[in-house]
Amino acid sequence: MTPSPNLNLWLIPILPLIGSAINGIFGKRFPRSLVAAVALIFPGAALGWAIWVVTQFSSIPQAQLPHIERLFPWIEIGQTFRVDYGFYLDQLSVTMLLIVTGVGFLIHIYSVGYMAEEGGYYRFFSYLNLFMFFMLTLVLANSYLLMFVGWEGVGLASYLLIGFFFLKDSAAQAGKKAFITNRVGDFAFLLGMFLLIQHFGTLDYDKVFKAISPLPVEAGVGFLTATALLMMFGAAGKSAQIPLYVWLPDAMEGPTPVSALIHAATMVTAGIYMIARSNVLFLHAPIALRVVAIIGALTTIFAASIGIVQTDIKRVLAYSTVSQLGYMFMACGVAAFSAGIFHLMTHAFFKALLFLAAGSVIHALSGEQDMRYMGGLRKLIPWTFWTMTIATFAIAGFPPLSGFFSKDEILWKAFSDKTHGSWIFWLIGWITAGMTSFYMFRLWFMTFFGERRQPVHNEHQEPTGAVHAPTSAPADIGHHSGVQTATHGGGHGGHNGHGGHVHESPWIMLGPLVVLAIGSFVMGWVGIPESLGGHNKFDQFLTPVFHTSSEPARAAENFPNEPQQSENPESEKALELGLAGASVGVAVLGLLLAWFFYYRRPELPDRIATSLRGAYRTLWNKYWVDEAYYATLINPIVNGSRSVLWRGIDVGVIDAIVNGAGTTSKGLSGITRRMQSGSIRSYAGWVALGAACVVGFMIWMGLRA
Amino acid sequence: MIPLSWYVILGAILFAIGVASFLIKRNIITIFMSIELMLNAVNLTFIAFASRWHQVSGQVFVFFVMVVAAAEAAVGLAIVLAVFRTRETLNVDQVNLLKL
Repeated sequence: MTPSPNLNLWLIPILPLIGSAINGIFGKRFPRSLVAAVALIFPGAALGWAIWVVTQFSSIPQAQLPHIERLFPWIEIGQTFRVDYGFYLDQLSVTMLLIVTGVGFLIHIYSVGYMAEEGGYYRFFSYLNLFMFFMLTLVLANSYLLMFVGWEGVGLASYLLIGFFFLKDSAAQAGKKAFITNRVGDFAFLLGMFLLIQHFGTLDYDKVFKAISPLPVEAGVGFLTATALLMMFGAAGKSAQIPLYVWLPDAMEGPTPVSALIHAATMVTAGIYMIARSNVLFLHAPIALRVVAIIGALTTIFAASIGIVQTDIKRVLAYSTVSQLGYMFMACGVAAFSAGIFHLMTHAFFKALLFLAAGSVIHALSGEQDMRYMGGLRKLIPWTFWTMTIATFAIAGFPPLSGFFSKDEILWKAFSDKTHGSWIFWLIGWITAGMTSFYMFRLWFMTFFGERRQPVHNEHQEPTGAVHAPTSAPADIGHHSGVQTATHGGGHGGHNGHGGHVHESPWIMLGPLVVLAIGSFVMGWVGIPESLGGHNKFDQFLTPVFHTSSEPARAAENFPNEPQQSENPESEKALELGLAGASVGVAVLGLLLAWFFYYRRPELPDRIATSLRGAYRTLWNKYWVDEAYYATLINPIVNGSRSVLWRGIDVGVIDAIVNGAGTTSKGLSGITRRMQSGSIRSYAGWVALGAACVVGFMIWMGLRA
Repeated sequence: MIPLSWYVILGAILFAIGVASFLIKRNIITIFMSIELMLNAVNLTFIAFASRWHQVSGQVFVFFVMVVAAAEAAVGLAIVLAVFRTRETLNVDQVNLLKL
């Protein structure tokens, strides 16, 4: 069907699966070096193949894109419905492919060093490779259903890895929370797919998009809007947006490389990818698109405000991730899909770097995660410090680092897109940019500058130590070799690691940091906007995916003021530069505030926190969202399940039926078993009785006749 | 000529004696003999009807029954022998391993 070359795309996902199977089945008997070798070779081979595919990709003529490789029919129902197992390659999936394999491989290398002291080494790498398999399936799938397979699979891998230290109660709980919260979103995704099947009879991307393209843009709420909203809800679950973001901060219970790979760089961006992939659908449903933008904007500022007061280094990064994902959502919501994917790419680099560097800090401090007990680490772990500095400046949006270009692209699109954008989105994004800069530099100053602060063995100096959801009661049940001895939240005793000296991480961990730091520095340069003298090559690269589909929709009558280029490009350019200057300004402001509060006058924040006690406690307790969910959803469901479903239906009805059947047959058999006495003469008697009955019956019949 | 009903009544009496002794007697050999008695009661009615209706099939059937009875006697007596060897009794009420 496709005359373009066969790229054997199936190899890319299958390689990590082989690695996962080898380590999962035989890894227990392998020495650690062999486990590490297997775990690195297969994703490395996938990366190599992906790079080869990309070199071939550029030679495929534009007319033959998307390049689809169908392997075999997977589901066939008569003539009406059919899903192939196949792969879909276009500019968008190529971008995702490189991000996933590239960043993924670097994090695998890092993990070899980071996990060296932990138990369950083979298990960890088996899960990690499994994650790669599912993520690549998700990215390369050629239909929504196959994407859903990857979607669920990464959820599974995420669950397994969050709960990796499963003897620790909070880790097991966090894994369940992530899994169940994602199920809520997945259910909506499923419903969206059902709507697609009902209306188009297919789930293949190319057919669905072809079917949607000629339809008129929905002015009100029709089935396209409903489908898009359901899909968006699914994406909100995976990408940790309001109202389903609550699982991501708790997911930090997993090992740090997992946080970097799954909960920052790749898996959580699946929702963004899905919305960008469905851009045709969303452009035909402007209301759904607007909802996406609103949710993204709310999430980005909401999460950033929580991130300002958190003290656990990984939790700050987690809220930062939620906030940055909100940016990407907002970008998709203002129809700036390529800007969203651009930010996804740069974010994958600098956020993975931030997490890995944070992991390196934690490693150096033998498990300490609380920033209040860090400080002054700049000289002690210089490599970590410098790479983290690059990442911090990148995420805060300082030019010419990558974060500046991608974030600015989103802000500019939010401001300038006349049909989908609005200055409100820009304002929220701009404020959030300042907050991002503030909390990132707060982290930076608290960790690396000032004096080293030893833990005060004074329980709960904070207004409340309840960092976790109400479930966290027994924090550490057991410390076996596989359980990281990190305590979260309030200042529990037992920071045993502090006696040991602070040590820089081994090179196998620093190498990926350096590569990612270079990436965080230069990645933005592929998308320098024209107002800054660039050509925004990235946007042009993705244009075929997003604009061929969107042009007819945009030309529809509903949006007469379509022309994107305003009458005077010069003033437009000046405006864009002005906005860029504003965001740099707010980033600098964040830096200065953080410098003042956490370097110059480190005693001030506590005083402010005391004077603004209400606001501080609200932020510290994350707006009590977890508690609200418990009160409104979880407790009613749990109590209802207990009293109605368990004690009422399960015990009262189902068990009663089963037990009743048992009791009845037991009672009946108590009577009938007396026939089987075991005495031969009684059997003979029964036979004679039966024969007499038969004879009597026949006589009676004879008499009647 | 002796009427058919006499043969049938004799067969019924023999059969009833066989059933009664099968139920009453405790000795395995006697029980065995009562089974033979029942078989022969049936044989008698077969013969009677065969000669009454001038049909061979009844007589043929009797030969089959006799052959089977002979085979059964061989197997059955072997079982009786085995039971006596292991349990040293021929009283069926004491052969009650399957009893509740």
